[in-house]
Amino acid sequence: MKALDRKLLRDLWTIKTQVVSIALVIACGIGGFLASMSTHESLLLTRGQYYDAARFPHVFAEARRAPDFLAARIADIPGVSAVQTRVVRDVQLDVPGVVQPMTARVIGIPVAAIVDAALPQAMNRLSLKTGRWPAPGAAGEVLVNNRFAEVRKLALGSEIRVLLNGKRERLTIVGTALSPEFIFVTRGGALPDDEWFAVIWMDAGALAAAYNMEGAFNSVALRLADGSRVRDGETAGDATTAAVVAELDRLLEPYGTRGGYGRAEQISHKVLSQEIEQQRVMGTILPAVFLLVAAFILNVVLHRQVNAQRGEIAAFKALGYDDLAIGFHYLKLASVVVAMGILMGIGLGDWLGRTITGLYTEFFRFPTLNYVLSPWVVAAGSLVALLAGFGGTLAAIRGVVALKPAEALRPPAPAEFRPLLLERLGLGRLATPSQRMILRNIERRPGRAAMTVAGIAGSVAIVISGTFWTDAVNHFIDIQFHVAQPAAVYLGFAEPVPESVRFDLSRLPGVRQVETSRTVGARLRAGHRSYRAGVTGLAEGAQLQRIIDVDTGQAAPAPDAVLLTTRVARRLGVGPGDTVTLELMEGRRAQATLRVAGTVHELAGMNAWMRLADLNRIVGDGPVVSTAALVVDRADQDALLTRLKDVPGVATVIVKSTLLDTFRSTTARNLLFYTGVLTIFAAIIAVGVVYNNARIQLAERAWELASLRVLGMTRGEVSVLLLGELAMEILLAIPAGFVAGYYLSLLIVTLTHGEAFEIPLVILPPTYLYAGATVVIAGVVSALIVRNRIDNLDLVSVLKTRE
Amino acid sequence: MSEATTTAPAAAPPIFVARGLTKIYRMGEVDVHALRGVDLDVAAGEFIVLLGPSGSGKSTLLNILGGLDVPTAGEVRFLDHTLTGATEAELTRYRREHVGFVFQFYNLIPSLTTRENVALVTDISEHPMAPEEALEWVGLGERLDHFPSQLSGGEQQRVAIARAIAKRPQVLLCDEPTGALDYETGKLVLDVIARINAELGTTAIVITHNAAIAGMADRVWRFANGRMAGIERNPRKLSASELSW
Ligand SMILES: Nc1ncnc2c1ncn2[C@@H]1O[C@H](COP(=O)(O)OP(=O)(O)O)[C@@H](O)[C@H]1O
Ligand SMILES: [Mg+2]
Repeated sequence: MKALDRKLLRDLWTIKTQVVSIALVIACGIGGFLASMSTHESLLLTRGQYYDAARFPHVFAEARRAPDFLAARIADIPGVSAVQTRVVRDVQLDVPGVVQPMTARVIGIPVAAIVDAALPQAMNRLSLKTGRWPAPGAAGEVLVNNRFAEVRKLALGSEIRVLLNGKRERLTIVGTALSPEFIFVTRGGALPDDEWFAVIWMDAGALAAAYNMEGAFNSVALRLADGSRVRDGETAGDATTAAVVAELDRLLEPYGTRGGYGRAEQISHKVLSQEIEQQRVMGTILPAVFLLVAAFILNVVLHRQVNAQRGEIAAFKALGYDDLAIGFHYLKLASVVVAMGILMGIGLGDWLGRTITGLYTEFFRFPTLNYVLSPWVVAAGSLVALLAGFGGTLAAIRGVVALKPAEALRPPAPAEFRPLLLERLGLGRLATPSQRMILRNIERRPGRAAMTVAGIAGSVAIVISGTFWTDAVNHFIDIQFHVAQPAAVYLGFAEPVPESVRFDLSRLPGVRQVETSRTVGARLRAGHRSYRAGVTGLAEGAQLQRIIDVDTGQAAPAPDAVLLTTRVARRLGVGPGDTVTLELMEGRRAQATLRVAGTVHELAGMNAWMRLADLNRIVGDGPVVSTAALVVDRADQDALLTRLKDVPGVATVIVKSTLLDTFRSTTARNLLFYTGVLTIFAAIIAVGVVYNNARIQLAERAWELASLRVLGMTRGEVSVLLLGELAMEILLAIPAGFVAGYYLSLLIVTLTHGEAFEIPLVILPPTYLYAGATVVIAGVVSALIVRNRIDNLDLVSVLKTRE
Repeated sequence: MSEATTTAPAAAPPIFVARGLTKIYRMGEVDVHALRGVDLDVAAGEFIVLLGPSGSGKSTLLNILGGLDVPTAGEVRFLDHTLTGATEAELTRYRREHVGFVFQFYNLIPSLTTRENVALVTDISEHPMAPEEALEWVGLGERLDHFPSQLSGGEQQRVAIARAIAKRPQVLLCDEPTGALDYETGKLVLDVIARINAELGTTAIVITHNAAIAGMADRVWRFANGRMAGIERNPRKLSASELSW
């Protein structure tokens, strides 16, 4: 081994704790990057494979009752490669032992064809997870979605009851299945709905018979010939999809269609896509912060190494080593540290990626979840880390190479100091000599102090950005579910019902207040842009369904005008005073052009709000409603829910508290994991910065500190000098970190704003406190380790040599 | 070496008494004997010059007398304190209260001014002189607000001496104080040490390579190979200006 390499190993061994702490910071950066990117990739890949294998459709449409022969004409639309028609109904579901009525989406499948002919299903192929297919002709046998059976603990052979067209039917679960349409299962919101919403597949003939739908369909799905070329499975906005949807709408027009739409508006796909996109955002911002900090520490440590070894470097130069060889030597030192970081980072990233991907299986149901960590992601992460490490090292190396041998051999002259800025301003004489030493050291090297402050502030910011989610989600829940929707129970009717249903409902047990409203599916058009959304008509003075603008408070629709969610207005490119055309999908399928009265910045939903009377007039109906909100005495809630099972026409019953409970328990666990990981990462960074800084200071000032010990200062007094500077830097860094954390979080929420909802930027004081405390603790731990070294300072040997 | 030569004049009570001082540094397999049984007595107010080749154990001895290091065997007493067996905290208090150190490389704190470097010591002592007074002693009363980087080597060493004497220590221990200085500057520094010894009565022990300096001392200790090789008493102390080296 060459002498220079032996020196490399020895140097590494001398600063081993520092090497490990820096490598750990790099590992966090790489690990975070790999985990986010691999989760993103895995979800994309798994989804893509599943969509292809199960033949997930590209275009969807619902109608009231369309004749089967229309299928052939739909298949003739240019660009369409396959058509699937079926009957789908949302019905009330009753599971023994569950008080609350649930909703089931019953979907007809050609059981005989599937089982007998082993015919591959044209589209939306089901994967049988447990049990068997229903026997052809056995009307009572069904499949349910696997997740529902799991959370409701329904074994094969269990009985459930559904209200099919007003008739109570007993169904036997013979198997559980997964479907590409229901990777994320929800009745419509962005919250997982697994406990209260089931998907039931039953024999198409039996379902059609129950609803007198023989020879007809009310749901159609299409696959497009060039669908595979559509990026990421998205079909929003592309020309083929738009043309097919237009033609499909035209064909279904006489049969009560609610308008066709592409994958982008399919709810399961939409939620999944937003989540995948979020994953990508997290995978780029946070690792960037980590790598930045790692590069910074590496830079400082190498600078220090070079300064401490100026004598040796001079000797090497005097012996004839050239600049390149010496520079290369230090680059190798950096490479070893970065390589250690990369190796640990790959391990960490792989583990974290698998864990996060695993957490997603709670929300997203795939038949198999393929975890991939592709080489290019590893290569990209490693390259960024190497560049960051080398970048940090290069400046230091320039210093080495520039050193003249004679200059390097001379001991450095005492560092130049000046009176403090405060003193120059005439405010001096405030501090003791010790305090002045601390302040002057900071003032003399403002760049280094600033870097330290920046590094620590960075870790404060990371903790905040990982912890504020709980505050934000709680605020979201508060606004959406307590302010905007203060009622306990929300009902949805299968068909519009007379407004007088209010009186019937108010006679049910425990009901104290009833409010009704109506939502009609519509396509909104403005110029060449259009968007499918529900138009909701609210009674004047509605208090159980409020329109909440997060910036200005409660809003209300104006007469003969619509109020749009800001995100909808943006999609349509309209603002207050403009007009939009509503193409309603119910009744006479009326059209109306209305003034946009204003826009509301709502946290969730893509809404168009109107007055109920205006909406009914445009639709051409009398006073009818489709939803009801009930304020209920808590004591009577169970009695009410039991009675609701017998109320005809009620398709969905949403009990707010149970919905929130489920959401909270799953989300809280995931947030906790996420917060925990980021807190650990941030603590590692804080320790990395504080510890390395203290070690470097100690090495540079050992001589000074030893002199003070000789003068009779105690260990404690000497420690204060060194650690006091770090304490000051931490104190400065915490408020700076609060500001940085606020903006980092703002950046993250802005980049993750989805269509369905946005996370409000809410950071409560305890979050700031937690972030500050994490860093203070990391600082104290680092200080204790270094304090131990100060205590063991060998006075005699330190004083023997200058530097 | 007889009792008569190692013992100080009976008039002044001994400030240091050491018997059988031994210091062994364990360097892996080999033992380095830095001190091999040193006996000594120092009277209060004495000026002692310690001569000897490099590696003979001079610094080791001074460090032990100053409470920076502890012997492997033997005993040291300072007045009525036994230094051997003292705890780290006791040694710190001993240094803080009784000992002034001066080193070859000055060891000033670069971030503090002249006055503040001295104040560093006066802040933690019981009956110090004012930093200005201490600096007056070394002839630097005019340079109170200069930083070390703004002073010459000789000036820095005088600040170090001022810092050492500001607490009015009983002993001043100097390890090659002129080692890094040129001839004229070195003389100036030695002169300061001699004056402090004469006028304040501070016991001074000065290590040097330079035999010419020996003329300033009451007694000269010659060190060789970890042993006291000889002790000489000067009939007449010379002043620094009378020396030629
Ligand atoms: N910390 C140490 N470890 C090992 N040997 C040491 C140490 N300090 C001094 N020595 C050895 O002890 C001997 C005396 O050293 P020192 O007292 O510094 O001599 P002097 O000051 O007379 O030049 C030398 O041989 C030196 O190498
Ligand atoms: Mg020596």
